[in-house]
Amino acid sequence: MSQSPSSYDEMFEADGTVRPAYAGYREWLHGQDSASLRRKGIEAESFFRRTGITFNVYGDTAGEERLIPFDMIPRIITAREWRKLTRGIEQRVRALNAFLHDIYHRQEIVRAGRVPQRLIAENAAYLPQMVGMVPPGGVYTHIVGIDLVRTGPDEFMVLEDNARTPSGVSYMLENRETMMAMFPELFTKVSVRPVQDYPRRLAKSLAACAPACAGDRPTVAVLTPGIYNSAYFEHAFLADQMGAELVEGSDLRVVDGRVAMRTTRGYTPVDVIYRRVDDEYLDPLTFNPNSALGVPGIMDIYRAGGITIANAPGTGIADDKAIYSFMPEIVEFYTGEKPLLQNVPTWRCSEKDSLAYVLDNLAELVVKEVHGSGGYGMLIGPTASKKEIAAFAQKLKAKPANYIAQPTLSLSTVPIFAKSGLAPRHVDLRPFVLVSPQGIDITPGGLTRVALKKGSLVVNSSQGGGTKDSWVLED
Amino acid sequence: MLGRTANGTFWMARYLERAENTARLIEAGFRMALTRDAATAHEEWRSVITTVGQTGLFEELYGQDYAGDRVWNFLLRDKGNPGSVLAMIEAARSNARSVRTALTREVWEAVNETWMVLTEALSRPVREALLGQVLATIRRQATLVRGAFDGSMLRNEAYNFSRLGTFIERGDNTARILDVKYYVLLPSVAWVGSSLDNVQWESVLRSVAGDRAYRWLNAGAMDPRGIADFLLLDRRFPRSLHFCIDKLRSNLAGLAHEYGHESEAHELMRGLGTRFHETGIEGIFDFGLHEFIQDFIAANQQVAQAIERDYRFYA
Repeated sequence: MSQSPSSYDEMFEADGTVRPAYAGYREWLHGQDSASLRRKGIEAESFFRRTGITFNVYGDTAGEERLIPFDMIPRIITAREWRKLTRGIEQRVRALNAFLHDIYHRQEIVRAGRVPQRLIAENAAYLPQMVGMVPPGGVYTHIVGIDLVRTGPDEFMVLEDNARTPSGVSYMLENRETMMAMFPELFTKVSVRPVQDYPRRLAKSLAACAPACAGDRPTVAVLTPGIYNSAYFEHAFLADQMGAELVEGSDLRVVDGRVAMRTTRGYTPVDVIYRRVDDEYLDPLTFNPNSALGVPGIMDIYRAGGITIANAPGTGIADDKAIYSFMPEIVEFYTGEKPLLQNVPTWRCSEKDSLAYVLDNLAELVVKEVHGSGGYGMLIGPTASKKEIAAFAQKLKAKPANYIAQPTLSLSTVPIFAKSGLAPRHVDLRPFVLVSPQGIDITPGGLTRVALKKGSLVVNSSQGGGTKDSWVLED
Repeated sequence: MLGRTANGTFWMARYLERAENTARLIEAGFRMALTRDAATAHEEWRSVITTVGQTGLFEELYGQDYAGDRVWNFLLRDKGNPGSVLAMIEAARSNARSVRTALTREVWEAVNETWMVLTEALSRPVREALLGQVLATIRRQATLVRGAFDGSMLRNEAYNFSRLGTFIERGDNTARILDVKYYVLLPSVAWVGSSLDNVQWESVLRSVAGDRAYRWLNAGAMDPRGIADFLLLDRRFPRSLHFCIDKLRSNLAGLAHEYGHESEAHELMRGLGTRFHETGIEGIFDFGLHEFIQDFIAANQQVAQAIERDYRFYA
């Protein structure tokens, strides 16, 4: 079943027997005929179109709104696996918040010589405006997405931390809705932990981070760049599900020392802003002066404790792939424990020996830009042509500090429902983590992205990846 | 609720209503043109363009060539026409998207489906043989949205703003149809007993979907005063001016109740309501039908602008 003998298939063992996690699902699947499953797949697609669950692709005007393909075979995680993962995720997220607090205060980790000063001082995502201030509740990363990959039975590794503005949670929710609508009886046969209360948890977690000046029922608003943003559907969806206002920069202004939104009754103060606008555009008075997406003066109010911005400005530095390579040290430094979740081994091309190794082994490695995201600007050695590798080597030599390299991982596979039947495809997993002074809350499940092309390792939706419903089984 | 959201629900409803009304106008024009000689048909199509206030743009693009297929394609899907049905459906959907959180899932899906269906139906020039079908699709989609709206929306401010948009637009539309056609009514009022242009009558009534209702109420008798009375003052007919005024008043009252105070729009609306209440059809003809309609269009517009100001749509 497995297409490359080295990758771990989550559904089948190498000899074709079904793994325990999939036993219940497989039994149900046996009772289905493939023609009706195929029909359901088409129904699902028209459902997504009708409900407007689309994303916009930049620079692609013809197909302005696209669907992220949905595959109906779930990614299933056992209760035991999940317990282990959550412990590791919680530890990592605590360390991330401690790290962010530290680098904007005494920089103990730099003083201790565990992370080089240069990586912080020279990082564009490091905001001097955040130095010395403590965000309300002491929380930097209110919402985190940890990208995990699996390479073996007990080998989960963190591929990436998304502390800036992780997206995709609406797909976690809509994929479950879709599965339950298509196959209601399946959920009576297999006990799956619910994800549907994520918006309620999010609203609660954000409210718990409100500044001191907020009342008993803090006003939460989702700040979106507007309907042309690629994730607009998600912004509207989350605001709707939370019962929060969905605001744009033009709805907000500073009034009497608070950030306020223009309602039909006049300006009303906002306590917590869940912003889906990048740091750079947040405040034209502080950052990019040409930004029309932000709120002039919001940073002053923020620094004076008049509003909570989630996630805090300046958290993007934690997404940097060079910082990522120090995560094992970061976790140990702040928690005093060994990391429970492993990093993918990473060569920092800024270091001379590493660069030499990377250049010698480009054909086997994955090389990424330290600030890159969305699967753009990377080299996947094993699938690249000689010419592409040579060209990339030039870029790498010109600006080595701009890159890190990792071994090409044999990501685990989950079957998709292809034309010819079940076919294994590589997947990753992004669980969503909420942080507030009341604690860390991880919704059981997440977003499983799947590379739909045979053998492909790129799961990003902007590069033709799809999604699957992600199940965590009840004990 | 946000001022921008009030704005979005208001304009979503206006665009949807205007798109539907445009389809009805085309339908009436098409029917007229089928029963007339070519020259009269051109005149009929010209008056359709006049009614929607697009004469300047149309003649800039096509001169005096008021051929039927040219006119309906201009009104339905012309890229050069920002007021085409297609452009309005896109604008309605875009507004709905931007106020997604103020709408129920049913309403959003109905608007989104309408956009998908009509984008497809209007992707190519509409041939005469398919016109009826396309117009029926537009009407059906409008009905779908209306049904979803009526059946699922909370009766709160979002509902009120959206309904205000619907009836501002509808009143304006009925008034414009009457204003372009009032000359048909006038001579027959003056010359009692002269033969009526029944087809013209039918056309006016049909373009506001009032032909059957009128016949039913009047046992088929065609009477110019009766028709004017019906379209202007009959509070039972959902496209009459008085009906629209009643709905504007009740939705404004809903807002006053929710906000605990009235605004400028309420004041203006009271003036307009009183005028309709106190003026009978005789008074209207004495005053001048055209003048009365012009006054209404201006007052209706003032109410719309007052709503935009009072509820901070833009600032």
